Amino acid sequence: MVPATYFIALSVILFVIGAVGFLVRRNLIVMFMSIELMLNAANLAFVTFARQQLNLDGQVIVFFVMTVAAAEVAVGLAIIIALFRHRETLNADEVRMLRW
Amino acid sequence: MSPYVFFPLAATIIAFALGVVLNRHPIRSALCLAVTLFLLAVVFVFLDAHLVAALQIIVYAGAILVLFLFVIMLLNLEADVPLKRRRNMTLAASTVGVIFAAATLRPLFFGAGELPGIGLEAPVDAAFGSAEAIGHRLFTHFVLPFEITSVLLLVAVLGAVVLAKKRMG
Repeated sequence: MVPATYFIALSVILFVIGAVGFLVRRNLIVMFMSIELMLNAANLAFVTFARQQLNLDGQVIVFFVMTVAAAEVAVGLAIIIALFRHRETLNADEVRMLRW
Repeated sequence: MSPYVFFPLAATIIAFALGVVLNRHPIRSALCLAVTLFLLAVVFVFLDAHLVAALQIIVYAGAILVLFLFVIMLLNLEADVPLKRRRNMTLAASTVGVIFAAATLRPLFFGAGELPGIGLEAPVDAAFGSAEAIGHRLFTHFVLPFEITSVLLLVAVLGAVVLAKKRMG
């Protein structure tokens, strides 16, 4: 049997892949997908600990994380579409109106 | 979960997660993300989170990913800047990532030993992770966060409509 440690390790690796992807990629949509990867890594840790402790609260929190992720994607993609309409680009380095 | 199932599954998940980050075309990244999310749903089933696994496929692979693909096809994107042209950033981010992973994994495997709790082998009753059990918890103990979630979704819908519509006049 595989202990819970290995599931947490998988979660850590997925989170790091998502974080590095967010820093490395410049396409706004792919940066969003990296955020989804990080959220899923957190979900995996929640579900693992819920099973480890036999406590359902972890799974309920995954439900809330999914809701927040859905809301975030809806608003984020709307911003991306509005941005593309103005600037014809999705490169994060070329969108710097708010940067000083 | 048997190691003969876990390690191939984990390796595939990591490979496709890397595919999300390393592919230059956003559409390929999205398809890799779809596979990653599906396989994570499989892991959830092994962890007795049956409702969460179903929600993962319906909400993530069904709704969120289709939204991603829809926007990518709508905007007709070109390939991203190759990572070689941004070598400094890639190197710095990878170094920080490896250090973070090492700092987290080391105490997991060589530190305190077993995680607290009864362990994954302990038997569970059939209701654990079912829609009924989670729904009961959600509507009693978590009822206030649940109601706040409805406000969050309403604001998200309004925000998306306002942001994406054309300006009048």
